[in-house]
Amino acid sequence: MDFVRSEPRTTLMALKILIAGGFGAGKTTMVGAVSEIPPLRTEEQLTEVGSAVDDASGVEAKTTTTVAIDFGRITFDNRLALYLFGTPGQDRFWFFWDDIAQGALGAVVVADTRRLEDCFPAVDYFERREIPFVIAVNCFPGSRRYRVEQVATALDLDPGTPVVLCDARQRTSAKEVLIALVERVRRGQQW
Amino acid sequence: MSRPGDQWYGDDSGPMVRLYALTRGRARPSGEVLDVIALVVAVTDPEQDLTLSPEQATLLSLCRDTMLSVAELSARANLPLNITRVLLADLHEDGHVQVTEPTAPNRLPNDYILREVLNGLRSL
Repeated sequence: MDFVRSEPRTTLMALKILIAGGFGAGKTTMVGAVSEIPPLRTEEQLTEVGSAVDDASGVEAKTTTTVAIDFGRITFDNRLALYLFGTPGQDRFWFFWDDIAQGALGAVVVADTRRLEDCFPAVDYFERREIPFVIAVNCFPGSRRYRVEQVATALDLDPGTPVVLCDARQRTSAKEVLIALVERVRRGQQW
Repeated sequence: MSRPGDQWYGDDSGPMVRLYALTRGRARPSGEVLDVIALVVAVTDPEQDLTLSPEQATLLSLCRDTMLSVAELSARANLPLNITRVLLADLHEDGHVQVTEPTAPNRLPNDYILREVLNGLRSL
C-alpha cells in the first residue's frame, strides 16, 4: 500500500492480571489505586436465555445483560504494559471470564471478610483452570481482623496460595498484592 | 446519516443505530478473535480512506500515534468489546492496523520478563 506509514517505534509487550472478587469487595478500587491511567470501562453485551419462571406462555425469555469491566494499566519502561481487569464476580458470567482469563498471568481474588463466601466462585474458577492467584483480604475499617491462616482455612486454599492483608485504596498496599502474585507465578513456573 | 456528535437524542434512549448494524450483523469476528490486550497501532491514515465507517475511522485515529490494547480502544471509542473486536479484525484484514497478540505466560521464553515486572512494581 502506498499510504503505509513508518513502522511504530516502540515494541510493547502486554500482560494481564485479573482482579476478581464479590460485589463491593474493592476490585475497581484496587485497579484504580495502582493504575497509571484513570480506570477505563469497557462493556460487553451478553444475550442469555432467561429461566422463564415468570413466563406463563412457556416462551423462554431472552434477556440482554451488560457486563462492565473496569480496567487499568501500568507501563514499565515504555516496553511492557501490565493490564489489570476487574472481572464481574457472579457465577453466571463464567463464559465471559474464559474470554478475559485466556492467557492471563494470574489473578487477585479480593476478599471481604464480612462476606468471605463471595469469593468461593473465583477461587474455584482459578483452581480448576490452574491460573495462579493470591487472596487479597481487603481490611475494611471496622471489620473484624482475621489472621491469614484463618482466611486460608475458611477458603480451603491449596497450601501454595498466598493470602495477603491489604487496603485496596492504598497504592503501596495494592502494589504489594501484585508483587505477591508475580512471585507466586514465578514459583509455579519451571524455567 | 447520523454521526457521533450530532445526536439530538439523549443517552437514555439507547443507541439510535443498532450495534449489529455497525458490524453488518456479526456479533463475533469471522476470522481471528483478538485478545483484550492485543496491541493495535494504525498504519494508515483514516482521512485517506473514505470507505471506512465512522466507527472504524474513530478506532484508527485513536491508535494512530500510540499502541493501544483492544480493551482501551473499546473504552475510548465507547463501543462494546465484541463490536470493537469485529471492527478491528476487519481493519486488520484490510491492512489498516498492525496487531501484536500477547504471549501466553506459559510460553514466555524465560524468567526475564517476570523479573522485569517485579522490578517495575517495586519501583512504583
